[in-house]
Order: sequence, then C-alpha cells, then structure tokens
Amino acid sequence: MRYLPLTEDEKREMLASMGLEQIDDLFQDIPPEAVFQGDLDVPGPLSEAELIRHFKALAAKNQDTTKLVSFLGAGVYDHLVPSIVKRIVGRGEFLTAYTPYQPEITQGVLQSIFEYQTMICELTGMEASNASMYDGASALAEACLMACAATKRELVILPATLHPQWQEVVRLYLESQDVSIVYMPLDEQTGTADLNQLSELPWGEAACAVVQQPNFFGLLENVTALESRIHANGGLLVMAVDPISLSLLKPPAEFKADIVVGDGQSLGQAMGFGGPAFGFFATTEKLIRRMPGRVVGETVDAEGKRAFVLTLQTREQHIRREKATSNICSNQALNALAATIYLAVLGKQGFRDVGYQCLQKAHYLKQRLLEIPGLSAAFSAPSFREFAIRGAFDWAEINRRLLDRGFLGGLPLARFGHPDLILFSVTEARTKQEIDAFVSTLRGLIQ
Amino acid sequence: MTVRANIPLIFERSTPGRRGYRLPELDVPETPISELIPEEYLRSEAPALPEVSELEVVRHYTQLSRLNHGVDVGFYPLGSCTMKYNPWVHEDLVSLPGLSAIHPYQPEETVQGALELIYNLSEHLAAIAGLSKASLQPAAGAHGELTGLMVIKAYHNFRGEGHRREMIVPDSAHGTNPASCAMVGYKVVEVPSDSRGGVDVEALGKLVGPNTAGLMLTNPNTLGLFDENICQIAKIVHDAGGLLYYDGANANAIMGIVRPGDTGFDVVHFNLHKTFSTPHGGGGPGAGPIVVSEALAPFLPGPVVAKDGDKFRLVMPEHSIGRVRSFFGNFLVYAKAYAYILSHGPQGLREVSEAAVLNANYVMNKLKDIFELPYDRICMHEFVLSGACLKEYGVRTLDLAKRLSDYGFHAPTIYFPLIVEEAIMIEPTETEPKSTLDEFIEVMRQIAEEAKENPEMLTSAPHNAPVKRLDEARAARHPVLRWARQ
Repeated sequence: MRYLPLTEDEKREMLASMGLEQIDDLFQDIPPEAVFQGDLDVPGPLSEAELIRHFKALAAKNQDTTKLVSFLGAGVYDHLVPSIVKRIVGRGEFLTAYTPYQPEITQGVLQSIFEYQTMICELTGMEASNASMYDGASALAEACLMACAATKRELVILPATLHPQWQEVVRLYLESQDVSIVYMPLDEQTGTADLNQLSELPWGEAACAVVQQPNFFGLLENVTALESRIHANGGLLVMAVDPISLSLLKPPAEFKADIVVGDGQSLGQAMGFGGPAFGFFATTEKLIRRMPGRVVGETVDAEGKRAFVLTLQTREQHIRREKATSNICSNQALNALAATIYLAVLGKQGFRDVGYQCLQKAHYLKQRLLEIPGLSAAFSAPSFREFAIRGAFDWAEINRRLLDRGFLGGLPLARFGHPDLILFSVTEARTKQEIDAFVSTLRGLIQ
Repeated sequence: MTVRANIPLIFERSTPGRRGYRLPELDVPETPISELIPEEYLRSEAPALPEVSELEVVRHYTQLSRLNHGVDVGFYPLGSCTMKYNPWVHEDLVSLPGLSAIHPYQPEETVQGALELIYNLSEHLAAIAGLSKASLQPAAGAHGELTGLMVIKAYHNFRGEGHRREMIVPDSAHGTNPASCAMVGYKVVEVPSDSRGGVDVEALGKLVGPNTAGLMLTNPNTLGLFDENICQIAKIVHDAGGLLYYDGANANAIMGIVRPGDTGFDVVHFNLHKTFSTPHGGGGPGAGPIVVSEALAPFLPGPVVAKDGDKFRLVMPEHSIGRVRSFFGNFLVYAKAYAYILSHGPQGLREVSEAAVLNANYVMNKLKDIFELPYDRICMHEFVLSGACLKEYGVRTLDLAKRLSDYGFHAPTIYFPLIVEEAIMIEPTETEPKSTLDEFIEVMRQIAEEAKENPEMLTSAPHNAPVKRLDEARAARHPVLRWARQ
C-alpha cells in the first residue's frame, strides 16, 4: 500500500523479535466468534491518478460558484478570500499538528489562537473568547446551556427570527437536558421579534434571551428592548452575530450582551457545502470559568519569556469528566487560524471595506428588485447584506430557470412557512455587472 | 527543533495606515450609511485589527508555523490520537471548486456529486462498522458521542422506556464519555476494570438493571487492549435492555479484523481525523460520524442521503432526533476520509490495522524491560507504560515527555488513562517506518539512563525547543486571554 512503509522482511524480523511467526498471532486476544471473516464491502484500492479522476468526476456533477453567480446566503456566504489564507493554512506544520498539549513545541498553534481570541474580542467588544467551536449553531446551544448553569434556571427565550437550522440544533441540545424553550413571535411587519408581545413572556424564569443580529431575514433587531427585559429579571443576554456585520455594527458588548456567539464561515473560509468552518464564543470576565471549550492564555517560560498555553482546563472534560462545562474536546483550530489570517491581511480598513461593500451592494440589489412590478420588500426593519423580497411566484421554478442562465438565485422561504418570500444575499464578491444582469434576467422571467 | 520563539503578536507589528489586501473599487451607486442603518446600531470605533502588509502577514504566520511539531515534521506517538500520515493529495482533492465552492442550500440537482460522496461514504463506514446506516453530521468525536447518546435516548423514549437514564462507563474511558452522558442528562455509572485491563464482567452484571440505557466502550480500550469478553459484555447489556455504544477513538486497530456491529455494538462513532487520516489541524476540524443498527436508523439526525436509481436526494429519517449541527457536517473533512478509504480498499484497510498493531507491539516489547508495563499482554494499536519507576530519581512522566522533544519527537499521551500511575500512552501508527521506531526506542532507553545519571537534564527539559518549560499554573491563576490594546 502507498502509505505503509514496512517491507515483508521487516515484518518478519519485527514479529520474530517478539517470538511470533505471523501477523495473526497479534490478534489472539480477539475471541474467534468476533473475528470478521472475508473482505470489507468497500471499493478500491485506487492509485493516486485514479483517485483524482474519481474526485474530478464527482466534482463535475456539482455546479459550483466559480461558474454560477450566487445570491444565496442564509448562513453560508460567498465572500472573497485572499489567496494567502489558504496557502498559509495549508502549511504542514499547522495542518498536521494536534491540540497543543505540549505547549513548548506548539507555540505556533497557541499564539495564533491567542491572536484569534483577541480579534474575536475586538469584533464583539467582549472580554474573553474561547479557542472556537464546531459552528455557530452548536455554539449558540452551548451558550444557552451555559446561561442555564450560570443562572440555575431551566428556560430559554428564543426568537422566531433565529435561523431555522440553529433553532433545530438549540432545541435538540436543550431538550436533552430538559430545558424548556419559549419563542418570541415574529412581527410580520418589521420582520423582527414582536416587541408588543414581550410582556407575555416568562422573563422571570428565563436563563437567557437570545437575539440573532442580523436575524435570519438579514434584519436588525431592537436589542435594547430585549436587553432591559432580560437583565431586569436576572437572566443573561445571548447574542448570535454575523462577524462581517461587526465591521459596521455596534459591538454586542455595548448592548450589554453576556455571551456572544456566531458562525465564522464568512471570515476567510470556503463554503464547502456548509463545513468545516467554526463557531466563535465570547463572554465577560465574570463568566470565563463557565465557558465551554479550549482557551489559550498567556504565561512565561522558565526564562521569563512570553509564551502561550491551554489554560483554565479545570472546566474541561478530561479533568472534570461528567462535571465539565461541556463535553467538547477539540476546537476548529485550523479554521480559526484561517479567520485570523483573513482578518490580519484585511486589516482595520480592509475589514470595514468588506462590510461597507456588502451593505451597499445588497442595498443596490434590493432597490433594483423593488423596481420590478410584483415584487415588494417583505419587511420594514433595516437590513445588512441580506434581505427578503415578497412576490407571489413559484420561486423554486424561477430559480431553476435562473440556473439555466448561470445564476444561483436566493433561498425560497416556502419551506420555512413563508410561501411568497425569497431571501437574497449579496457580498462584496458580486459586481454591479452581475447584479444588473441578474435583475434583468429575473425581470424577464417574472414578466 | 532549534527555532527560537520570540515572535511578536501580529498586533504588535501594526503600523497605522498600512494595508494588506485590497478589494476592487465599489462599483454600485453609494447610499449614505445613515440612510441604511440607524445611528444607534453603528459602531463608533473600528475593531483594532492589525495594519500590516501582505508580506508581513506571510512572514508572521510562516514563522509561527515553524514553532510547531506536526506529523509532517517528525514522529508523533500521541496515544489515542492516531497521528498518522495525512496524504497531501487529499488537500488537492478538496480544493476542487466542485467540492469547495458549493453552497449547502443549492438545489439538490446541482449538488448530485456531493450527495453521492455523502451516500458512498455513509455506506462504506457502515460496512467497516458492520452496521446499517450513518450520519455524517457530527463535527468531532465528542460530538459523535453526544449524537449517539441522543439517538439511544430517543430510541428508549420511543419504546416507552424513558426511565432508562443510566449509562455505564468503564473507569478507563476517555473524559468525553462521562461528559457526553451529562450533556444528555444521563447518570454515569462507572464500571471498574479487571486485572487484565478489561471490563470487570462480574461487576457489570451487578450494575445493569431496568434503568440501564447502555454501555459506552472503547475497544480496544484506552490501555490498547482488546476486551476478550466483548461478546459476554454485549449479552449482559442487551439482556438488561440496554444498548452498546462503541467509542471509535481506537478503530485504527480493527479495520477488516473486527466489525463492532458483529460483536454486539448498536452505535459507533468514528474519528475520521484519527483512523481515516484527515489532518488534525492543530485541534480541528475533525469529523465524528456515527453509524447505527437497523433498529436505530430511524432516529439518526438528518437529513441523510437516499439513492433512487442514479439520483441522490436528502431525506429526514422517520423519527429523527433533528440536527446536531447546521447543514451536513464537516463536508470537506470527511471527503478526505472517503478518499482514504478508496485509496486503500478492503485489503489495504486491513493491512493498515495489522501494521498499526505490529508497530505498537514491536515498540512495547523493546521498552517493557525499562518501564513498567502494567498489563503485560499483546496490545493492539497502542500501549500504556508507567513512568512510576522514574520517581526514585525525582523524575516524572511529564519530564520524560518534555525531554523527548529535545530529540525531535512529540511526547506520547501522558497521565491517561487515569487508572495507570504516571501513564505513558504510546501509539506509533502504521505509517512509521521501522527505522523511526528503532530511533524512538533508542531515545527512550537513553532518556531512562539520563533519569538515573542526570535527572536534572529531564526536570529542566526541554532544552532545544522554541521555549523553555512554561509556567502553566500562572496562566490559570491570572488568566490573560487576549492582547491588551496599548
């Protein structure tokens, strides 16, 4: 086999050194009735050339966004990624290391995570960040559980405007620990949480209230109204935020958020059919010992030189076992590294430019679409790089026709209970020419 | 490693006004930001991201990378982590735009290749596990454990046996096992190990009962030993109405040799970043798919991929627990595991496990005369020594681990499993040539000598690493978790 170096002579010699004759002698502890007879039902072996051919054939059965012009978002975005991000992340020293258990020989991973944690704190305004988690949805679930542990309460208030998949993940995590969920209903006019119905909710029992900013429809929620309610009643404010929006929007700390989470896909990650990217998780200094996940801290070595190390490990499963703050064991280090490099090379001004262009281009598409008879804005709240449009059309069918013309249309929201709505996303990667061509094609299909 | 760490933080390299990457000029008509977003939502101060040139970024992270030990750099016998070679061709494969540049909400007809990959890999993992259906959604091993336990819980609930809330876990188990139990509200019942390092079958018989949800077992276990009584263990748990969960952390020992499903396991998670060679990436991303029996398949998280003729489509299992992660899990990670399976084929996968077990036994046999081997049996893909014999020289396992890095080797896993004093858990993996194993054996013997003659050489190690030994207690006592703005 390609990756197996032992020669037959070496195998014989090694077995002989233990007084054994054949490989099967190594498996004598396995009861005979447990031993598998026959060959596994898997294909192969393929040579490298055959493997590449097979993968190219699979990839060719997909239509990708290097050929299609995409207006799809809803959690995964087609942003520009500077070439160096992938190049540096691809270095074997980063790629083939493991969790930095031996800090003296993994300072590269550790320092990059320390820089990552700093960047997440800068974006969110929070005091501490962990080393990253699986994705935004599971990070939010963990945030809710942390709020329950911190407040000793077993109820969470979720907005109906939260991404539907995130709702599913949070529901599953919370149900598993018998935590109840109460939903803040949707205000059909604004597209945000219905502030008129807030007094109906059980604030006094809630461990936390969650707000997603911008929400699933791309709209800005009135955080202040929710913040005062939850804090007045002793619960925590959990914000799920889009990191690109934080280039322009007020950091969650200024809304007095206690825990801030989000999905990092838009920070220098491939779309990759939805994974891997990472979830980020930040909180206040007061709550750091309740945080789930890995955390890197600064220290010194025996010569007094600055160095970095995994820290606050008494929260974690390998020490606390069933009393740990979470069962999470790894982070998404390589994805967090990609985000760190992305934010470093964009820098202070470049990052702002990304947010600003998303906002302007999304607004431009929205205005152009609203010129088309039959289409109207779905909601009234301000939006960032995503927005919903209302129109009584078969959007799935329209998308099929757009596809024939090289466009990946928006996400029809029929499957989420909004039959006339479609959600468009526009990033800095779209050009005016693409947007104009899309609008005129769509206009042609509708009329 | 002789590179010295003295690298400023990227923030400390910043020069106001310097730019790295530039976007194309904005080409749409601009609307004043105040007309788009109300003032009270806007931030007044930009985040203090670094202001550096592209070359500065490249140099900075290239320098950082050189402070890391990785499989590409040298031997990495970190027990239970399976640090085998990660084929570079896999990085090319997942960079194909047809895989990397597709959106998870694209219409199914535009992602048939991706769905085919998911379907095929699910089938292959089921074949290797000897079970029925898989979900690729879990993002890591611990996530797979959590998902598997949720499936077990849903199964019991569906059968009106929701009172089964006790999960039996051996005292040798990974910390994630009890922690995952807590995440689904299960009570952890610990079963002791017997004198041969396996589950104490007699004790197990007394622990099972009407409230037993199941047993979580790693087999081979964390001592690297195959539990000889597995069939009996399975019978005890099943007879009590419980299910068997297979922690696949150590599956590198069993491919094509034992199928967990054949020995009574109902749920398996695989760590694709271990057994199936997807790179560990400094701690992630991994992938922790689960494979389950026919009876549990309706409860899997969804969607999963079904095949109709030559078309693939997404379906929700009938009684699905829902979702444990957004979209389809770590697609670009498990695509590499798929490539790994295809490269090896049935015979190759078996040879992988055979060689992993051979390498481990070879090293164990050459070290057991100088370190204590608490369970002197043929091991599987890894083994656990005790460093307690060094204590008389004032040296601990930790010191040995630090000293190893001076010789260019990563340390084994240390102080785990908890049931072995001063544990040293060594997993060479199958991709290491005999010459590397011989060098490692020689160095281990040499360090044992040093411990006797010059213990300070160990207690002050490492000497050749980028930094000297770190003050870990200080980091925890006074947490500094971010760079402070000046």
